[in-house]
Amino acid sequence: MRRGPDYLAHAVLALGGAIFVLPIWVAFAGATESAGAINRGDLSLIPRLSGLRAFLDVLGFGAPVNAHVSIGHMLLVSFAMAMAIALGKIAISAISAFAIAFFRFPGRMPAFWIILLTLMLPVEVRIIPTYAVVSDFHLINSFAGLTLPLIASATATLLFRQVFLAIPDELVEAAKLDGTGPMRFFFDMVLPVSAPNLAALFVILFVYGWNQYLWPLLAATNGHLDTIVLGIVRMITTDQLTPWNLVMAATIWAILPPVAVVLLMQRWFVRGLIEADK
Amino acid sequence: MERRTLFAGWALPAFLVLPQLAVTVLFFLVPAWRAFVESVRSVNAFGLNASFVGLANFADLLGSGPYRATVLRTLVYCAAVTLLAMAGGLVLAVFADREIRGRAIYRALLILPYAIAPAIASVIFVFLLQPEIGLLTHLFRSFGIDWNYVLNGRQAFALVILIGAWKQVSYNFIFYLAGLQSIPRALTEAAALDGARGFTRFRTIVWPLLTPTTFFLVVVNVVYAAFDTFALIFALTGGGPGTATETLVVKVYRDGVINLDLGGSAAQSVILMALIVGLTVLQFRYVGRRTVA
Repeated sequence: MRRGPDYLAHAVLALGGAIFVLPIWVAFAGATESAGAINRGDLSLIPRLSGLRAFLDVLGFGAPVNAHVSIGHMLLVSFAMAMAIALGKIAISAISAFAIAFFRFPGRMPAFWIILLTLMLPVEVRIIPTYAVVSDFHLINSFAGLTLPLIASATATLLFRQVFLAIPDELVEAAKLDGTGPMRFFFDMVLPVSAPNLAALFVILFVYGWNQYLWPLLAATNGHLDTIVLGIVRMITTDQLTPWNLVMAATIWAILPPVAVVLLMQRWFVRGLIEADK
Repeated sequence: MERRTLFAGWALPAFLVLPQLAVTVLFFLVPAWRAFVESVRSVNAFGLNASFVGLANFADLLGSGPYRATVLRTLVYCAAVTLLAMAGGLVLAVFADREIRGRAIYRALLILPYAIAPAIASVIFVFLLQPEIGLLTHLFRSFGIDWNYVLNGRQAFALVILIGAWKQVSYNFIFYLAGLQSIPRALTEAAALDGARGFTRFRTIVWPLLTPTTFFLVVVNVVYAAFDTFALIFALTGGGPGTATETLVVKVYRDGVINLDLGGSAAQSVILMALIVGLTVLQFRYVGRRTVA
């Protein structure tokens, strides 16, 4: 059955795409506009080439709370935080899932259930008691305090456990016959086999870490650990007026890394998301 | 499922579980326990003496008009966001599943919002809809609509719903598209041969086969709308004007961090934890899937 182009499908998808992309495009165009023109309401949808400088200028721009902390610095903090959360979560959950899947040891099931309890419990819900605990450890305004509470979650452990249980028993038997130790087996066999899952999980967790707002708001108060998301929200909510072109330039910087990670690793990410949720 | 072949020993596995167990106990169990303890105590006005008050904090909450209003508002918010985001995701997935040119580009565009932080989504929409400088504000004004979400509670509430849905459509799109792709072509083709037209084919064959995906997504979307939208709402309106956009998580923050009502805020946290554990169990029992991060 050959037909002409599916106009209806193109129309619906183009409309959907426009609803998602146009706001981001306006932000991009706004970044290249002069602050005065934006305040007058003269925003053009065509970016000005001469305004592209704003993307460089904004990196050295000081935040309203602490003028020594620049947007560039905040991007680095966000990057470090997202990497620490993604890699930290992957590391601790991969080894604990390995232990739970490949060993029988006393307290194995209680340990598994305790970890399972954290499933779906977002930091938003336990925010104040978590703050109290982190504050007791004197970890407020420390990188550990910023990242550790966000690393506690069971989802990655469950996913890894499922992946590891699918590894055939024959492989384990062969490894044991060869006299391969458990850790060698983990690094040489288990991790390579799970590489696609690792990649998918990395994307999901990087985006999760980069996009945090509430926890950094409480855990980083002296400005030095301000993340880019935090900094931008402060730019628009403090009384002191920040030029809108700079806010939008910072916004584009803030969405670039997670968008790049998702688009570049799209294939793994989509499959991983669906498997992780199964 | 368990495996038959295992490695021997208990010291190594115990050591391997330890980091995760430590993080879980320190940053999950201890805070949850403290929230519980706090929720059954009352601290006097000077913050010096705490006394056991049993379930009084919970009784106060459930009897309080503002709290019940926030519960209702959260329910409306969750229903609206879930409905909009799921309908949007489904419609887009149905068309993206067709064999058309440029499919890959459309798909890439449609998953973009997933990557954007909720708080940043709000900032982008502030730029479009800010009462003085927003591009869309001018457009609305030219149609005679007096747009000012900073002062108008109804407009603010509508806006946080729209941004919440805007962010979540991608997620539903990804899952519905995967669901559609797992439906055997032979099935829909057979229906087409039997003369079932487009919408009838969807209603009688495709939609019933998507039921598991739909159930799963309802739970995920409700959890998202109830809990993950804090940043979006807080960055946009701070819960205001008044309490017009105050959902339950925003109230926990406002009462606990801003108004320093620790007992009341802890009781609210405990209620939310119970709620989310309930939703998790529901999902495990009846849907058999769980959510990420």
